[in-house]
Amino acid sequence: MNNNTDKQEYTITVYTENQVGLLNRIAIIFSRRKINVESLNTSPSEVPGIHRFTIVVEESRDVVLKVVRQIEKQVEVLKAYFNTNDEIVWQELALYKVLSEEITEKVKVERLLREFGARAVAIRKDFIVFETTGHREETNKLMKALEPYGLVEFVRSARVAIIKESAGFHEKLKDFEKREPGEEVIENEYLGKREAVFTM
Amino acid sequence: MEQKQLTGSQAVLEACIAEGVDTIFGYPGGAIMPIYDALYDYKEKLNHILVRHEQGGIHAGQGFARSSGKVGVVFATSGPGATNLVTGLADAMIDSTPLVCITGQVFAHLLGTDAFQETDVINITMPVTKWNYQITDAEEIPSVLAKAFYLARSGRPGPVLIDISKNAQLQQFNYQGYTPCNHIRSYRPKPVIRKNYIDEAVALINNAKKPLVIFGQGVILGKAEKEFKKFIEKSGMPAAWTILGLSALPTDHPQNVGMLGMHGNYGPNVLTNECDVLIAVGMRFDDRVTGRLDKYAKQAKIIHLDIDPSEIDKNVKADVGVWGDCKETLPLLTLGIEQKERSEWLAVFAEYTKQENEQCIHPEMYPSTEDMTMAEVIRNVNEITEGNAIMVTDVGQHQMVTCRYAKFNESRSNITSGGLGTMGFGLPAAIGAKFGAQERTVIAVIGDGGFQMTLQELGTIMQTGIDVKIMILNNQFLGMVRQWQDMFNDKRYSFVDIASPNYVMLAKSYGIDGAKVEHRKDLVSAVKTMLEHKGSYLLEVMVGKENNVFPMVPQGCSVSEIRLK
Repeated sequence: MNNNTDKQEYTITVYTENQVGLLNRIAIIFSRRKINVESLNTSPSEVPGIHRFTIVVEESRDVVLKVVRQIEKQVEVLKAYFNTNDEIVWQELALYKVLSEEITEKVKVERLLREFGARAVAIRKDFIVFETTGHREETNKLMKALEPYGLVEFVRSARVAIIKESAGFHEKLKDFEKREPGEEVIENEYLGKREAVFTM
Repeated sequence: MEQKQLTGSQAVLEACIAEGVDTIFGYPGGAIMPIYDALYDYKEKLNHILVRHEQGGIHAGQGFARSSGKVGVVFATSGPGATNLVTGLADAMIDSTPLVCITGQVFAHLLGTDAFQETDVINITMPVTKWNYQITDAEEIPSVLAKAFYLARSGRPGPVLIDISKNAQLQQFNYQGYTPCNHIRSYRPKPVIRKNYIDEAVALINNAKKPLVIFGQGVILGKAEKEFKKFIEKSGMPAAWTILGLSALPTDHPQNVGMLGMHGNYGPNVLTNECDVLIAVGMRFDDRVTGRLDKYAKQAKIIHLDIDPSEIDKNVKADVGVWGDCKETLPLLTLGIEQKERSEWLAVFAEYTKQENEQCIHPEMYPSTEDMTMAEVIRNVNEITEGNAIMVTDVGQHQMVTCRYAKFNESRSNITSGGLGTMGFGLPAAIGAKFGAQERTVIAVIGDGGFQMTLQELGTIMQTGIDVKIMILNNQFLGMVRQWQDMFNDKRYSFVDIASPNYVMLAKSYGIDGAKVEHRKDLVSAVKTMLEHKGSYLLEVMVGKENNVFPMVPQGCSVSEIRLK
């Protein structure tokens, strides 16, 4: 398959029941197809009892579409969407640990923080931890800036993303709970509107 | 409301009874002993079949499910008991067979400690089950089992595995009765049928000059054989089958144009690339059916009916995807399509059949060689059973030959391992099939290779006294691999020369009568003796060593490049 050219970043959003083992069920859908997961976040959603996965992969649209269908097929998955980067608002959080001595001596810390939209979340005699959120490039920039001053440790969270078109999941869930859900829920989006799939 | 103290084990068996289970295939062991202890008191209500290996147990469960249309139930213990189920689970998953497997597990407090016979069966079986769940508290048993049975049989059926820790089996709890499950909010087995795709499909069919219907097991799983027949009859369309769709339409139906795929018939393969509308019903465009995908039915508009939305557009892009249960979608299509006769188009198929008949079918069925062929054995069976038997096959050349040549009048009569291609499936599946349809004759057609993989199940036949006719077609080779080595590896026969024991003596040691046929003159009477024998019987037929199955679509070739020799 020569579809390497149309590979791009896709963010997959999955609403699920909160069930032991579901993470693995979803993960093996990727590993079975030898797809690398770039980033994965799971946490409770705005709806009690419903979890939200945010998964980032770099793949062609065709592959992502098929993977998303396999995810939706899992019994405990309520709904899965996938979006390109321009269809979502997304952020990653990063933490940076630097030695206090080094940084306070050589840098105007306040200016640094302002410049990178960061804040200090822990200030101790021996070290300081900065935090910033943003896209990959933004969090990378601060890392680059801190490197000369002895960056001791760095960690970045998985991506979290909001789908621009989404109207939330509360109403949809009510429909899922009905024995005979309305057409929107029961409808096969894939077949109905092929081009506009996965808008909510 | 019913309220009494039950143990977890009793609750498991109560659930089985409430779900209408009457037959269980299983094998006891340490971690499932409490359930077996409870079973001692349920012997009158639940017929437990003691198999000889858990793999045999699960294949029997599959055979049972396939012949009866009910959920197959399998019990196994933890550790090796559970891991021995894996092949059967994978087979049932890919062939959409409804199963509920219950495995014992070590005490909950020992989970993760590498306890004796502990294995992480939930994670091992995750990719090969529709759903699985571990129970460590007996209170959960009724509701989880209700969910298990519901999931196994609804939507696109599949295997479900429930792992129950020993403490939960022993635990006494307040039993509130059993409530079957019919809704899970995150699970949508049955879509609402949408009118617009029905209309689009109807329009395509009505405008088609050369429509071809291809059907799979979806027709059988949806119990939609009648609806399917009406559908193809109204518009006079030729219909070809995948090996799992086989027997959904009687062999001698005038619109049945034969088998698709690698060893399928000449006409349906070639004409897949000449039809103008291809209507796929409950099939998933497996690579053994489609051959080379980028040369598959490119000229045709594709209508794809399936209950599983992830199948639509998966391998072949559909112009109209009809998502739904074909029991509901087919009648809607039938309603819309025009009454037509397509005798000219059917005559094209007949022309191909004629050619195939001359070059392949007739020489195979009525060979002029000294060696017997598999096809003539099947012909002899057809002549006596008249297509009324259940044919269970293993995997390999004999499987392709049986599917090509066996005659079927009734649905659920062809039981084979299609998607996974599990050698060793045949014998245990035939045992299960007989338990699932006791009034019918069950014939297991098995190669000398596959039979040696699960022949321990002769012990199950011996102990239960079940009546299964076993036909070993012995070519003294792992024939299908040998055929490929012959055709594609310059006849370098690498480890395909397989020796056999004396099967008749082997059967005899299990108390099963049998015979071996080496000459054509003895074949008719031997088949007759087998079928008239009261009880199980093993017939070994020595067939030509190096016969190849044709036609064949070589791997990587288009269906229209099918070779007759």
